[in-house]
Amino acid sequence: MYAQMIKSEATQDDPEKLAAFQARIDAGEKIEPKDWMPEGYRKTLIRQIGQHAHSEIVGQLPEGNWITRAPTLERKAILLAKVQDEAGHGLYLYCAAETLGVSRDEITEMLLDGRMKYSSIFNYPTLNWADIGAVGWLVDGAAIMNQVPLQRTSFGPYSRAMIRICKEESFHQRQGYDAIRQMAEGTPEQKKMAQDALNRLWYPSLMMFGPSDKDSVHSAQSMAWKIKMNTNDELRQKFVDQTVPQAEYLGLTIPDPDLKWNDERGHYDYTDPDWSEFFDVIKGNGPCNVDRLAARNKAWDDGAWVRDGLLAHAKKKAARQHAAE
Amino acid sequence: MTRDDAFFQFLLRMGDNTLILGHRVSEWCGHAPVLEEDIALANTALDLIGQTQMWLGLAAEVQGDGKSADDLAFLRDAWDFRNVLLCEVPNGDFGRTLMRQFLFDAWHSIQLGRLMKSSDERVAAIAEKASKEVAYHLERSADTVVGLGDGTEESHRRMQEALDYLWPYVGEMFQSDDVDAEMVKAGIAPDPASLREEYDVLVSRILGDATLTIPESRFAHKGGRTGAMHTEHLGHLLTQMQWLQRAYPGAKW
Ligand SMILES: [Fe+2]
Ligand SMILES: [Fe+2]
Repeated sequence: MYAQMIKSEATQDDPEKLAAFQARIDAGEKIEPKDWMPEGYRKTLIRQIGQHAHSEIVGQLPEGNWITRAPTLERKAILLAKVQDEAGHGLYLYCAAETLGVSRDEITEMLLDGRMKYSSIFNYPTLNWADIGAVGWLVDGAAIMNQVPLQRTSFGPYSRAMIRICKEESFHQRQGYDAIRQMAEGTPEQKKMAQDALNRLWYPSLMMFGPSDKDSVHSAQSMAWKIKMNTNDELRQKFVDQTVPQAEYLGLTIPDPDLKWNDERGHYDYTDPDWSEFFDVIKGNGPCNVDRLAARNKAWDDGAWVRDGLLAHAKKKAARQHAAE
Repeated sequence: MTRDDAFFQFLLRMGDNTLILGHRVSEWCGHAPVLEEDIALANTALDLIGQTQMWLGLAAEVQGDGKSADDLAFLRDAWDFRNVLLCEVPNGDFGRTLMRQFLFDAWHSIQLGRLMKSSDERVAAIAEKASKEVAYHLERSADTVVGLGDGTEESHRRMQEALDYLWPYVGEMFQSDDVDAEMVKAGIAPDPASLREEYDVLVSRILGDATLTIPESRFAHKGGRTGAMHTEHLGHLLTQMQWLQRAYPGAKW
């Protein structure tokens, strides 16, 4: 999922209003931007939607890394279309966040100066062509696990953004799976690339769901507000159960010697990722954190003259129109 | 030169233009000045790559050697590429990228309009499909050139620099040779020189709105569309684009 470790904000609102608000949510009503909402709800949502949006934007970088090296015209077109979709997802989500009173420039600057985060997964590199398939299969796959339930989230604009986004994400996942299947069924070198991609991306994909609920203190309030729909462990388990048979079909080995079906639980038992690595990545010490943020900052700084120029032109044009009237 | 040889060369010129420019534009992915531009640039690149599949697909068919569009894109060396030099010059800043796009889109839209009346139905069909996409590219690139030319002092200066740098690459799009003569004779494509007047009118109007000055010199670099002499940049572009296909020959992707 693209929003990890979202701390929910404590709320100090009128208890009567709070109770009425909670009753609306419990009744399955959607909260719209003009409705009254607790300050904690608003702030938590900004953080969550913002982190999700930033993930879509930063997520362009590891995939964009392969656009100029895509091995066929068809693959190049598919990848371009996907990356374009992801930027579009960022745009819908920034718009949803704007309805909560935070402008796109403000929230962008919070990403650029490190006040806001994006998903840990995008701090890992894409090193061979099979990574592009693996990202679609695993990363979009994990994102869908989280985003499908969020279509029912209580905040109207977020829910509607999720409905649009989910359609495209499942398309990405199918295309990713198809790309890695082609590799897994290919030459010995291609098969090696596919296995290498799975080896590197498996545990970071599991980390996408965030730490175990035992260690997650923020879940209860968010779940009551229906801005978090399932626990981290539930979603992670669901992801493992879905992915293991797919890997078997591809003839690829999941890098977890202890992975096995547990008849009693009706689920796969699996090894947890190394959470100390996860916290390192969150703190900025992942393999690509510095480069990713530097790339986004450079794009923003280099683009300042363009944004200023277009704004100045729009003002001149408006003034000329005004003068002509 | 047989008619089919000329036809093949003509199709390479169309397809290599879109392939190489599409590649250049795709280099922006994730690095544009605003999110809307990231989306628009990816969209432009995607359209150009889609057009490449059609032009090079037809080129492979006409060549009749059992090759595919991918073989032509990924397994030819620089001297066999037939794109105009304008398409292969590096992106530079965002202003240069958009100026290059505008100077190309203006030619491309006029060319496709003529090709829609081609005597070859396949060419006419590709041109018809592509022309809708390119009309939108032109609208966007022209708007951006005007917005930045007539924006701030800095944006104006940068756009003028971009125009000064790129202008010597414009003339090549209108040069004719015996391939073109053959295409004119067969009614497949127009004489490139015949597009210049319409181009000049369009470009002068937009660059005028952009408060930019067209350089006086009509000097034109050449050698791309004939393959006689590309820039040094093309080889580097190809090393990246063709790497996987070259390193793992025969693999299916
Ligand atoms: Fe997305
Ligand atoms: Fe996606």
